[in-house]
Amino acid sequence: MRSSRRTRRAHLAAVAAIAAVAMTAAACGSSGKSGSSGALIASAPGITAKQILIGSHQPLTGVAAPGYDEIAPASNAYFQYVNAHGGIYGRKIVYRYLNDQYDPTITSTDVHQLVLQDNVYAIFNGLGTPTHLAVVKYLNSSKVPDVFVASGCECWNSPGSYPETFGWQLDYVREGKLLGNYVEQHFKGDKIGYFYQDDEFGQDGVKGLNYEIPKSQVVASESYNPAVTNVAPQVTALKAAGAQVVVAFSVPAFTALLRLNSLKLNFSPQLVVSDVGSDPITLAGLLESFAKQGGATVSGNALTQGIITDGYLPSLGDASNSWIKLFTKLRSQYLSKLPLDGNVAYGLAAAYTFVQAMFKAGRNPTRQDLINAINGGLPQGVSVAPYAYSPTNHNGITGGYMAVIKNGALSPVGPVQVTDISPTGSITTFAGSQPSAPASGIPSP
Amino acid sequence: MTLARHLAAALAAAAVIAALSVQLGSYRDYQMAEVAAYVVAVAGLTVLIGLSGQISIGHGAFMAVGGYGGALLLIHLNWPPELVFGGSVVIAALGGAVFGVAAARLRGPYLAGATLMLAVALPTVAGQYTGVFGGDQGLSVSISAPAFLGATFPPARWLAWVTCGTALIALVLLANLGRSRVGRNWRAVRDDEVAAALSGLNVARLQILAFVVSAACAGLGGALLAVVSGIVAPGAYTLTLSIGLLTAAVLGGLGSLLGAVWGSLVLVLVPSYLTNLAASHGLSGAASSSVPVAAYGVVLITVMLAFPAGIQGGLRRLFGPAAPATALPIKALRRRRSASAHQEEGTT
Repeated sequence: MRSSRRTRRAHLAAVAAIAAVAMTAAACGSSGKSGSSGALIASAPGITAKQILIGSHQPLTGVAAPGYDEIAPASNAYFQYVNAHGGIYGRKIVYRYLNDQYDPTITSTDVHQLVLQDNVYAIFNGLGTPTHLAVVKYLNSSKVPDVFVASGCECWNSPGSYPETFGWQLDYVREGKLLGNYVEQHFKGDKIGYFYQDDEFGQDGVKGLNYEIPKSQVVASESYNPAVTNVAPQVTALKAAGAQVVVAFSVPAFTALLRLNSLKLNFSPQLVVSDVGSDPITLAGLLESFAKQGGATVSGNALTQGIITDGYLPSLGDASNSWIKLFTKLRSQYLSKLPLDGNVAYGLAAAYTFVQAMFKAGRNPTRQDLINAINGGLPQGVSVAPYAYSPTNHNGITGGYMAVIKNGALSPVGPVQVTDISPTGSITTFAGSQPSAPASGIPSP
Repeated sequence: MTLARHLAAALAAAAVIAALSVQLGSYRDYQMAEVAAYVVAVAGLTVLIGLSGQISIGHGAFMAVGGYGGALLLIHLNWPPELVFGGSVVIAALGGAVFGVAAARLRGPYLAGATLMLAVALPTVAGQYTGVFGGDQGLSVSISAPAFLGATFPPARWLAWVTCGTALIALVLLANLGRSRVGRNWRAVRDDEVAAALSGLNVARLQILAFVVSAACAGLGGALLAVVSGIVAPGAYTLTLSIGLLTAAVLGGLGSLLGAVWGSLVLVLVPSYLTNLAASHGLSGAASSSVPVAAYGVVLITVMLAFPAGIQGGLRRLFGPAAPATALPIKALRRRRSASAHQEEGTT
């Protein structure tokens, strides 16, 4: 009841705003859509003269919540910051994220509520591959912008069938290629084992790895099911195959299980872990709590020391980096309860990208204006490599740097490299450099 | 006569639903479709527990069977929706028959344990055969409104019509079954197995039949829910779903089909209402996501304290004629020796 009254009020406000603009337009004789002046109108569902309402589905409780439940509050913190400093052309962003518990049925309910009842302008950063796949068709048939999905699945890059959907983070195929290329160069002739999650995430990653690592070097390829926490058989198989390097496409909990099981079996290969499963702070916490459940005491930081991984956002250990300074400031102002870990950085960075896109979409944007803005390409900002966005490519960040975990932070060990998703596409060093963060912390329109 | 009465009630309900679906907004239509999908599954469960006296904590697994079965028929054979739903019913009924044979030998906590295992184990099968079931991502399912309704016809309204129509048909069939000889035999078995056997009833066969009917309903509910949510995936058929179905059946009133409707309404509307309420009172995302879970528990306890026979039982006590409460109180879950006051148990 409350909400329907609210919607009705929103409609009234919209009608009033349109009437006001019509009069202004009549008086001035012009009302440029993307000009720097002119009244703010309710140009699209979810947009009023005062605010932009966007929605998302996030795992706030349940199996996927630890760590990932920090992302949406972090994004919201950035929106609060933007709202406090002028908003988007004067409009405030209202970010409504609903808990889907990582259950696709609930995701579907949540997204229908956001689109049909709350009338959001766009869905932003919906988290998870299986969850978001439940709604991607619906969002595209309803012509609701579906931007910067929080998953590196290649499936979001399908402009023909999903024109409204855009990926954001470094996709798993590209990431697999970067990790594979590093392993191929630095561990020539060594026996290599794979440990991966048996779904699109792990499979895309392995696809990328196989583009780079010769088949003859791979001695074991072990997958795990995220619902089964016993990975001792996989680790035993990796050890039996004599793997000297283990490349893992795993979520943080399973990276920790891999590490602890190896420790128990006295098996110490060089670990190479995808960005998704290697956030040092999350990982150290999980290692310590899992060991405690098993009656042992370990130092999380000691166990993550030396893990090779990659990053596509500036390293959190680099305190002099302008972006990390901005993140540190935002965290202390708005997120004092959370550590500045990979998840918080992720949420802040995704929100920054959305604000970039909204400024580019213009003063009174329609939904299509946002899609056109991203299709036209976004300038590089918070990520170390440029975006792939074009009318025919809906992938996001195109590269990253290799790094080693040292004392609980990523320490870059090479230049930023970029690549594509094809089997033969070369991996090249990124010639440009990352722009520093704007002094205001807000992208310029 | 009974059939005519049930049909008349269903037609009246259909008219009300049609009017509501046009009056209310698209999101309400979507929620109606969701409720209808749950109603079918809960109705099957309430028949199983309330009429035949068997328990299942694993009905989510049969929803998964129906959902995946329907999705595969839709994707690979391109069957029209009505045939897909029929196919799901058959597939889930077969599953129910297989499991029912085992279930007929088990009693009380052992049966509960076996069904619990089913709910936990079955969804992981999807992860084992990723080529067929799509693994963790599942399979996407969608139906669209027929062309003659026009391009601007709201898809959510079409979903509501399809699911509510199917649910009404299922409810009419179940109501008649409950009133028939089979239904009376089930009650006899529920109230006293020994007496039923002495009267010449084949207890095991009746119990298996109840499981088949109940699984078929769960399968249909699963297929409807798949169409509504647009996906079948292991994450959608967790133990939480099975417990939710059981909760809805108990909350609505065991053995009562109208109770299944009340229970499903609570299952769908209360969490969504509480989340909105928490959010509109300025609670943060994390807090507003925990409040509904806690409040849901409170609602559950309150209803069970106030109406031990469920919502339908409570309504009858408040508004009905001065007849004995007809929906079963929760203690019916335990086997009882007395068969006295339940000859006239309704199924409506």
